[in-house]
Amino acid sequence: MLYINCPHCGMRSQNEFSYGGDASVKRPELNKEVSDQEWDNFVYNRKSLRGKHLELWQHISGCRQWIKVERDTATHEIFRTFKADEEVA
Amino acid sequence: MTQAFRIENSGLINRDKKLSFKFNGKTYFGYEGDTLASALLANGVHLVGRSFKYHRPRGFFGAGVDEPYAVVQLYRNGETEPNIKATEQELFEGLEAKSVNCWPSVNFDIGAINNFLKIFLPAGFYYKTFMWPKSFWYRIYEPFIRKAAGLGVASTKHDKERYEHKYEYCDLLIAGSGPSGLAGAYAAAKNGAKVILAEDKPRFGGSLLTSDVNIGNQSGKDWAEGIVAELKTMPNVVVKNRSQIFGYYDHNMLVMSEKVSDHLPVTKKYHPNKRLWYIRAKEVLISSGSIERPIVFGNNDTPGVMLSSAAKEYLKVYGVLVGRKPLVFTNNDSGYETAIEFKKHGVDPVLLDSRKNPESEIIDEAKNLGINIKNSYVVVAAQGYKKVKSADIASISEDKKQLGKIENIQCDCICVSGFWTPTIHLASQSGNKTKFKEEIDAFVPGQSKQNEITLGAASGEFSLEETLKTSFTAGSELSKKITENDNKIAIPNVVEKKSSQHDKFWCVPLPKGKNYKRFLDFQNDVAVSDVEIALREGYRSIEHVKRYTTLGMATDQGKTSNLNGLQLVSEIENKVVPAVGHTTFRPPYTPVSIGAIVGREVGKHSKPTRNSPMHSWHEKNNAVFVDAGVWLRPRYYKRGNENLFEGSKREAKNVRTNVGVCDVTTLGKIDIKGPDAAELLNRVYTNAWLKLPVGKARYGVMLREDGIVMDDGTTTRISENHYHMTTTTAQAANVLSHLEYYLQLVWPELNVNVVSTTEQWAGAAIAGPKSRDLLQKLFPNSDVSNEGLPFMGYMEGDLFGTKARIFRISFSGELAYEVNVESNFGNFMWEKIMEVGEEFNIQPYGTEALSTLRIEMGHVAGSELDGRTIPFDNALEGLVSKKKDFIGKRSLQRSAFIAEDRQRIVGVVPLDKQTSIPEGSHLVKDDKAPLPNPKLGHISASCWSVEYDNPFSLAILKDGKNMIGQKLFAMSPLKNKVIPVEIVSSHYVDPKGERVRS
Repeated sequence: MLYINCPHCGMRSQNEFSYGGDASVKRPELNKEVSDQEWDNFVYNRKSLRGKHLELWQHISGCRQWIKVERDTATHEIFRTFKADEEVA
Repeated sequence: MTQAFRIENSGLINRDKKLSFKFNGKTYFGYEGDTLASALLANGVHLVGRSFKYHRPRGFFGAGVDEPYAVVQLYRNGETEPNIKATEQELFEGLEAKSVNCWPSVNFDIGAINNFLKIFLPAGFYYKTFMWPKSFWYRIYEPFIRKAAGLGVASTKHDKERYEHKYEYCDLLIAGSGPSGLAGAYAAAKNGAKVILAEDKPRFGGSLLTSDVNIGNQSGKDWAEGIVAELKTMPNVVVKNRSQIFGYYDHNMLVMSEKVSDHLPVTKKYHPNKRLWYIRAKEVLISSGSIERPIVFGNNDTPGVMLSSAAKEYLKVYGVLVGRKPLVFTNNDSGYETAIEFKKHGVDPVLLDSRKNPESEIIDEAKNLGINIKNSYVVVAAQGYKKVKSADIASISEDKKQLGKIENIQCDCICVSGFWTPTIHLASQSGNKTKFKEEIDAFVPGQSKQNEITLGAASGEFSLEETLKTSFTAGSELSKKITENDNKIAIPNVVEKKSSQHDKFWCVPLPKGKNYKRFLDFQNDVAVSDVEIALREGYRSIEHVKRYTTLGMATDQGKTSNLNGLQLVSEIENKVVPAVGHTTFRPPYTPVSIGAIVGREVGKHSKPTRNSPMHSWHEKNNAVFVDAGVWLRPRYYKRGNENLFEGSKREAKNVRTNVGVCDVTTLGKIDIKGPDAAELLNRVYTNAWLKLPVGKARYGVMLREDGIVMDDGTTTRISENHYHMTTTTAQAANVLSHLEYYLQLVWPELNVNVVSTTEQWAGAAIAGPKSRDLLQKLFPNSDVSNEGLPFMGYMEGDLFGTKARIFRISFSGELAYEVNVESNFGNFMWEKIMEVGEEFNIQPYGTEALSTLRIEMGHVAGSELDGRTIPFDNALEGLVSKKKDFIGKRSLQRSAFIAEDRQRIVGVVPLDKQTSIPEGSHLVKDDKAPLPNPKLGHISASCWSVEYDNPFSLAILKDGKNMIGQKLFAMSPLKNKVIPVEIVSSHYVDPKGERVRS
């Protein structure tokens, strides 16, 4: 079971969190013309990366904040975690 | 029966406490501190089971966790448990056990005929034979194999025992209490670290219990006792015996199974049977020791052949002789230690050493004691069927290829030692890349992946002095990092006898003209010849060889067989062992009870149960409950002998004619506040929200980004910047996460706060033509007339002194209201409604009537919003704004979603107006069409219309818009029904929606 450093609460076990997918996906802006391809990429198309991956988790049984987690999908190593509004450098 | 093989002056058992037990129906005696295995051996019982495939007689091979043979069915306190190792099961008064895998008895086992047919049962036999003909598989082959296979039977009764889970955090977790574990634990504890020391056996000390060493001028055993006693007094240390760390998971999470009660005849009151510990450790010290490995020779599975270390353990820990004429067969000095112990206890062993001329302190001692030692000698084959009677032995050439003349010597047991295999399971599970250590012919942990370190025999270090030195150092270094204390500990002096290099020899060649079975895996009956077949047939990867032959796949996970299997593959393949590699070590290290894994989450504890504040009222009034997610909701309120159909029909009818009340507390409620609340709703819902006035409610539908309907519900504007959202019962948690996602990640600029208030409000829906009259009496000071509180209106009211929220919304399609009060007043509200409603003939109604009412009105619910439908499919396209953008809008332009013949909700009535249509039935054009009959749609919900007194269903039907009036067939192969039906509008009752506005 992963041990995730919630930027708001500290180290917590994975069973307090819910996975939320790729954190690098940006929703197209509202009221903007979006091509089929662009929309498909936003809704469906994901890379299944092996290695470092920035992903979303929600601390549902804790502070309920969505956070970003930089994790290696192969080794499960977690490098850094960020608040929802933190820019990932 | 006397314990004929128990000797007086040895053992750690309590001879003052004699225990009786039964094995295969026969009563025996043992002592407190015995295992079932040691007690049976004390009574001279060597035959305990039959082997898996050939049903050959099985005895004891080890003395602990590595035991491949002595798996029994245990009976304790009216319960039975299979797959218990007799070598691990502690004896208690009244213990009962039986042999497994034999019929009718262990002494006369019909399956043993397989032994004579063994030429027909080579590796892959099942795969090859039972493939053909295909139709035979599950009628004939599978039942036969199932009957023949298996190690015991699972209980079919409810398990009365209790199991617990525990979460723990520590600085240093130590797996194993041998010299390495004790030294590491002691050093870390002295530095103030929080330490957990786990030992799977009842006694602490590991190898120190049986070895002839001195530490700090005391015997190893006494030193261990002293350390454990001191550790137990320290507040920062948890010392646990009978506790097996069986799995090493991500981020230094380890799981340990503590056997709390297995050694007792009855579990103590308030105690669990087992306790599963989830331990998050900052550092892990693996001191899991090593397991002796056998040397392979002919008939090496005969009862009486066992590991030399096990024979020593039975002697030193339990005071039991495994034989009176022992033959020790070794390739290293460990066999000498066992021989010396025999000799010291008055038994004369014969020792065969495959080495030509080894020299060491241990060997010198054996020679001085006058032990009969034969160098360059091997056991060719054991003789005897149910017990070793003699052994064929021979000299062996230096290249280990040629056997000398075969001699037969009398013996009653053969104690075999093929050197030691480090127990690397935990290290390997942690992700450690193991490496092969040439000097010991075995794999050892390599580069650590997590915060783990392996020490002592588990790391391939067999010198006690070196082990203590490295373990004390590691314990103090690891703890120093965490606690920043540095209490120096003097490492005690060690006296141990030096040993000599072992012989890289693991398998005795077959003598000419003999075809003895030479077993590698004792539990799964895998012989050398099976692996040879697998390789001959082209299997190369060790993982494939494992699965084809089942080598190492039994419940002992190949603890004694893996390395010899690898040796064989490497020899035939002409590769070195590290090039062959080993199979993956997966948790659990030893079998773990399902009960322990499940813990307390059984029966009604398997999930939480949510009750509404009115639950006790429902109970008192004969509610029959139904699970709605984790909520319990009244399905109907039973009167007399009514069944569900009759009761729900009565309740629904009463709503249509008088007034009914339904507990709607379970609906999800989300409180939304902030200046941008309207803007959030406008983006989340498909319809427009910016102009909703204060004091008004609106129905809304929200989509996922892929255009599929996620949920529906009403949201009410309580005040300028304050909204009250309702969701369906099932989607409440998802909708909250959904809103939080957009507020926190996508549109953080919106100044809005959302919070769940589901449990803060109790809700009652009051529905029916008389509902306004009732409401007026409940709120005499409020104007609830059609003008004062119009459809979709909202007001606050005073319910006999309690603040209430009144919404004029309707799911039933009748004139209806929903009243909310704070949860604590829920029952008060309910009782008042029932009391005041009496003159209007009020009746409570449950979810079944609720469904009936919404279905005949054509209102959609979860069975239509099933994660596959868009607004159009549910006739909700009128709620989809063309002017503004919202979540999922872009997806609604997908070609399938705008297709001319897109599926859509319709009503379905059987032509005979009699036959109820099963939910899930398929709608087809032609009931006689050949299969697969093209499906046009499916029945999503069915009811008995109380308005028209005939069955009515909703369906999602292809091109539903143009199908009204068509005659189709509803087919349910499951219920074996074909029903001619007519397609009608989904709005079966009050299609213009006049009642809700009346």
